[in-house]
Amino acid sequence: MRDTPLSNCERDFLLKAIGEKKRLDGRQTYDYRNIKIKFGTDYGCCFVDLGKTRVMAQVSCELVAPKDNRPNEGIMFFNIELSPMASPAFELGRQSELTVKLNRQLERCLRNSKCIDTESLCVVSGEKVWQIRVDVHMLNHDGNLMDAASIAAITALCHFRRPDIGIQGDEVTVYSPEERDPIPLSIYHMPICVSFSFFQEGTYLLVDPCEREERVMDGLLMIAMNKHREICSIQSSGGIMLLREQVLRCSKIASVKVSEITELITKALENDKKVRKEGGRCGFAESMPRERITALKMDETPVEMTDVTERASDIVQKVKAPPATVPSPVLPAPGMGQVGEGLQNAWGLEDEEDEEEEQEDVATMEEKRYKKGGTGDVVVISDSEEEEVVILNPETKDS
Amino acid sequence: MEVCSASSNVTLREFGCEQSLLSRPDGSSSFMQGDTSVLAGVYGPAEVKVSKEIYDRATLEVVIQPKVGLPSVKERALEQCIRETCEASLLSSLHPRSSLTLILQVLHDDGSLLSCFLNAACMALMDAGLPMSCLFCGVTCAIDTEGQIITDPTAAQEKESRALMTFAIDSTEHRVMMSSTKGSVSVHELQECIAVSQKASEKIFQFYRDSVRRRYSKTL
Repeated sequence: MRDTPLSNCERDFLLKAIGEKKRLDGRQTYDYRNIKIKFGTDYGCCFVDLGKTRVMAQVSCELVAPKDNRPNEGIMFFNIELSPMASPAFELGRQSELTVKLNRQLERCLRNSKCIDTESLCVVSGEKVWQIRVDVHMLNHDGNLMDAASIAAITALCHFRRPDIGIQGDEVTVYSPEERDPIPLSIYHMPICVSFSFFQEGTYLLVDPCEREERVMDGLLMIAMNKHREICSIQSSGGIMLLREQVLRCSKIASVKVSEITELITKALENDKKVRKEGGRCGFAESMPRERITALKMDETPVEMTDVTERASDIVQKVKAPPATVPSPVLPAPGMGQVGEGLQNAWGLEDEEDEEEEQEDVATMEEKRYKKGGTGDVVVISDSEEEEVVILNPETKDS
Repeated sequence: MEVCSASSNVTLREFGCEQSLLSRPDGSSSFMQGDTSVLAGVYGPAEVKVSKEIYDRATLEVVIQPKVGLPSVKERALEQCIRETCEASLLSSLHPRSSLTLILQVLHDDGSLLSCFLNAACMALMDAGLPMSCLFCGVTCAIDTEGQIITDPTAAQEKESRALMTFAIDSTEHRVMMSSTKGSVSVHELQECIAVSQKASEKIFQFYRDSVRRRYSKTL
């Protein structure tokens, strides 16, 4: 499936509007879209809505052997899935450039910045460590996938709880969540990616581009920062040439945005913690908006089962026995077997071919009968003088 | 022949559905049965690759994305079941040489996953406006160790059950379109579960009607 190409008049309109400092959805140059963060039922599942861009992240853990060069550190594994649901341009299974770019940027943002304490993930040095796996699924692509993915990933990591471990000598026991409360990961800081798109060779700048704006942009600058104003990674793509002042200005804007977003994340995490403590239900099902006209909820309903048993007994008694089939293979004589003769030909071939085939079948069957009855002589099957078909019997050798 | 008693308190969990929640796909829906939630997106009719085109019908492709890890054989088997059901109900000869893509994403699995997929798929196809000859719904039945039938089991109930069956029922004649079973059942138990599923499907179709009626209440 291919994405619809951008028409020239759309492109011209967008560029002209940007030149006049206007955006399609009425935002200002430095404004972010509405960010909504919701959590799933189990720990480590998080949904992020950045305007219409929707992203889901799930964190899971597993005990594995550590890497050889780092025997007492845990392993972090990131995987961004561009689901075909997000955009008709995303195809399943193909590692497109965008997949690689997003994966690489997320790894640099979260792994290289050492935001998670990997040494605390070690269970038995050199033998067993925790592997934390973060899967990010794109559900709807309306621009700025990287920011949404980084917010979802770090929020899911903060939300995640790993099972508790008990070590007695050489034995390691993993406790289930019912036996002992699971433990959160130790996170030092929360790096968040902020994207800046550039137009008209660096003259105009927009923060958080939507999908249309991304299509007409010249280049993209991604800055990953945390709320302590430390830059974790910078990446510029698209081949635009930026001045030093521009990059510094972008980093100042990024620090403001990152502190706002971090506050939003901490508030969402606290809300969720409160709801879980009070024992309330949480999850995607609960967070579904009810006042919308496109959403409906139905309570638990009983199913009538009054005459079910009678109906079932009726059906079972009325059913006919299956038609008797000829058991195959049929053995007319010892040492010889026939399969399929006497039944209707179900191959649906035309009549002429049918007859020919039947004749051939009969002919070969007779030959085979003759052959089997013989004492292992060489038997000529076809009449043609060009071929010589030789049949080897398993008991005698043919030399 | 074992006769399993159909107890009078067989229930379907709380249902929830939201349509048109994603802006890019032509049709989208999220379906929730208790805590099990699934998101479905439909694209189509759209351009099809020459290698996959069929001259007189639309090519339907179903993709299931699990929450963790890459799709494996289990997902392929579920995709097959769902594709057969959808192809039986879609009027695909109205769109020859086109592709219809249905993508299903697991949001949370708490039992009855295949029936949740089927329900979400039907609502998404409705939302996309694709022509169908009938609607379909999925119902899961489990038979526990004592021989009781449970509809719409949770994950805990599924684990302790002796047999697990999922049926796709159509809306016009309430007949079985697809069945997927696990575990051993007697013929009588199977027929009982089919009868229970047909009864339960009436509730689900009523839910579809209510959702669509609510959705178009302001325009019609």
